[in-house]
Amino acid sequence: MKKIVLVIAGVALSSIALAAPSKKEVLSHYTDLAHAMYQDSLTSAKDLQEAINNLVAKPTEANLAAAKAAWKVSRVPYLQTEAYRFGNAIVDDWEGRVNAWPLDEGMIDYVSADYGDESDENPYYTANIVANKKLMIGGKEVDASKITKALLADTLHELDEIESNVATGYHAIEFLLWGQDLNGTGPGAGARPASDFDTKNCSRGNCDRRASYLTASTDLLIDDLSWMTNQWAAGGEARTTLMKGNAGEGIAAILTGMGSLSYGELAGERMKLGLMLHDPEEEHDCFSDNTHWSQYYDAKSVQNVYTGNYTRIDGSKVSGPSVSDLVAAKDTSVDKALRAKLNTTMAKMQVLVDSAEKDGVTYDQLIGEGNKAGNAKVMTAINALLAQTKDIEKAVTALNLEPIAFEGSDSLDTPKKVFE
Amino acid sequence: MNSNLNTITAIAFLLLHSVTQAPGAEITRATTDFSQPEEYELYPGGAATHARAADRRAYSHPSPNMSAERKLDFTLGKAMFKRLWVSAPTATQAADGLGPLFNARSCLRCHRHNGRGRPQDEVGKTANTLFLRLSIPPQNDEQRAELESRKVKAIPEPSYGGQLQKFAIRGLKSEGQVNIDYEEIKIKLADNESITLRKPSYTMTDLGYGPMHPDTMISPRMAPQMIGLGLLGAIKESDLSALADPEDHDGDGISGKLNRVWSREHNKVMPGRFGWKAGTVSVDEQSQSAFFDDIGISVPLFPDGAGECTESQVACRKVPNGNSPQYENLETPSQTTAWMALYARNLAVPQRRDLDAPKVLRGKKLFYESACIACHKPKFITADETIDPEHTRQLIWPYTDLLLHDMGEGLADKRPEGDASGREWRTAPLWGIGLSAVVNGNSYYLHDGRARTLLEAILWHGGEAQVSRDQVVEMTSSQRADLIQFIESL
Repeated sequence: MKKIVLVIAGVALSSIALAAPSKKEVLSHYTDLAHAMYQDSLTSAKDLQEAINNLVAKPTEANLAAAKAAWKVSRVPYLQTEAYRFGNAIVDDWEGRVNAWPLDEGMIDYVSADYGDESDENPYYTANIVANKKLMIGGKEVDASKITKALLADTLHELDEIESNVATGYHAIEFLLWGQDLNGTGPGAGARPASDFDTKNCSRGNCDRRASYLTASTDLLIDDLSWMTNQWAAGGEARTTLMKGNAGEGIAAILTGMGSLSYGELAGERMKLGLMLHDPEEEHDCFSDNTHWSQYYDAKSVQNVYTGNYTRIDGSKVSGPSVSDLVAAKDTSVDKALRAKLNTTMAKMQVLVDSAEKDGVTYDQLIGEGNKAGNAKVMTAINALLAQTKDIEKAVTALNLEPIAFEGSDSLDTPKKVFE
Repeated sequence: MNSNLNTITAIAFLLLHSVTQAPGAEITRATTDFSQPEEYELYPGGAATHARAADRRAYSHPSPNMSAERKLDFTLGKAMFKRLWVSAPTATQAADGLGPLFNARSCLRCHRHNGRGRPQDEVGKTANTLFLRLSIPPQNDEQRAELESRKVKAIPEPSYGGQLQKFAIRGLKSEGQVNIDYEEIKIKLADNESITLRKPSYTMTDLGYGPMHPDTMISPRMAPQMIGLGLLGAIKESDLSALADPEDHDGDGISGKLNRVWSREHNKVMPGRFGWKAGTVSVDEQSQSAFFDDIGISVPLFPDGAGECTESQVACRKVPNGNSPQYENLETPSQTTAWMALYARNLAVPQRRDLDAPKVLRGKKLFYESACIACHKPKFITADETIDPEHTRQLIWPYTDLLLHDMGEGLADKRPEGDASGREWRTAPLWGIGLSAVVNGNSYYLHDGRARTLLEAILWHGGEAQVSRDQVVEMTSSQRADLIQFIESL
């Protein structure tokens, strides 16, 4: 192993070009970026809250449309934070409250009869909290007469340890605004009428409870985003953990976040799976058909944390010392290659965005069985993510980060010895 | 956070491994020096060991030495593993086919956090993570010949098949329910201690398809921990046969034999390695059979769309199934089962904890000197050619010999499976077992989860393990604590 490291070091020495910022400076800017993104997420979630309050006060189609639009806007900054999730335990542990997916929507509200009621495996599959003031949970009766933040977050979310029992977060709100998308891989999103929230002219019953659910889950989202914003502010736990820890490990955490989001979460679970199964249930924003943007901004998130750039919701640009600078200082060609791969990915993601926004062919249609051209567009984006992952790994090597990951792992560093 | 970064380094190790000399037996010989940890002992899965936090996700990480492409396939396997199946027909050809009879709608339901199941839920109902295997003794020459040829491991109960499914899709009756009753048994230990074991007995109720055959034999099975499975598959067959001593020629009271069973994949008899009685030869076959028997999904090795419905369960055979022409006439095609098998083979073993603590080292000495290692074999070097490149030529520490041993009357299920008698069980791997409670929030051990602590599990050992078990009974209280501390550090 030592020999290999030496060879890499040799290559690196030959192409040193730029003066690098220190690792601490890079980490400091990384935490600043996080703070800006979560703050923007919070600001836009407050706009969403206002739109939802308007909808509940006056349930017109126009107000519903405004709330839906506000939801889509609120996703833009939030999705760009996703590269922080992997590599920062504090984010990963919290993420399930705000962005859990996929969800068994029958637990929250009415669903189409086709949804089925056979779930011995998940007894709360059709619990329908909106329609039921009393729920039986683990043999005990739970009072759900008032739908509150505490009921949703502490009692119902991930009920019985089942991950798909999602009671809170963006996707629960998305379902309450849009309703089920019953169009499969055909055109169209969920089509909930505004009268679902109209207590005077209630279309499907329990409009008061549905409205309470919507406002309580939105209030909870605000609480959760405020909390996370504070973790990245001066003195916050997320910032302190990174700044006080080993700087090399901190940089490694950034790259881990980039790699894990690229290959596993986005390319794997959120894209390739649905494509291979041609299953719209595997679509990330399945009620709103906003998936193309969610994928676009996830990819953007990886690019942001690498380059240290972020465009805030007010249009102002933030930039500073980045991992890219560190890599470039070691080996400009590795940095260039990775930047190029990140750009390629963004271009391929743009193709999916254009398909939805310009041609009206949304992601659930692109992955449909028999849609060869659509399938190919998605596969191209997946391959771009995979290609960038390999260049992320090269960046890890360029920064000589492996020995940190393998602290004290003599078993692996000296395999020859094992087999003599 | 370390795992991704391991990739490149670990690939370099593999390259180096492949040019080294054949390993000697010296490396895998059990140590006699307990003054300090052994070299490499920190990494029970070799380069496929993960160094992440010892939390509830400790059984859920991929082998850190996987390439990005393979990690992507791992995440697809993971997604399939948690996928909820629905009954046919639906608009989504790729997602239907549940049942008609089933025990769970997803793999994850029984294999929570890829950890152990539990016999009962918090309100005392039998949990989904435990089910019953069913069979009858051979009734005629034809059935005797079938067993003789090893093409089957047991003769299924004529109406209910090879296992009891507790659920059915809408419109069909489920096969029945299981009740567990526990009888308490008090055991006296040296140093004025005592412990209460609970002996389970099982009854089936609400049988949906008439009375069972009068000679029906049942065997309860709980979901095992799922880490390190690919590495167990990578142990050389010659190493396992060398350990086998079915006639006990060396006179140590430990026999040990391989369960030789039919491989559907390879169309021949091969050594069984997986399952509580080593009844299955590979992770892929184990995962496909569970998919078919427990969820009712047809797969390449078990293509019947009606799942485990028997000929006499007529209505069950008549309902629509999810076999689709564009998916190899199956409910789940080979591509998908390949992801799932890759996932199951590559759930990494966690790093050891506290292995240099004096009490752990004292416990290790007791474990070795009480001859626990006669079956719970510490070390192997995996084969030169393995299904997964991550598992090639690794020094691993699974603490099992994968052989069948007579475990005595107390644990006997009295239901043979292949070469395994009603008293024989496969030595369970012990790596990672110390994190069981962290991963699952509770820990139940042995094939039916009767043991609530590691000590209870040890005290259930009988038969070939009786002498070792009796030594534990005679230990001082602090020695027993050291022994448990060692096992918990695995």
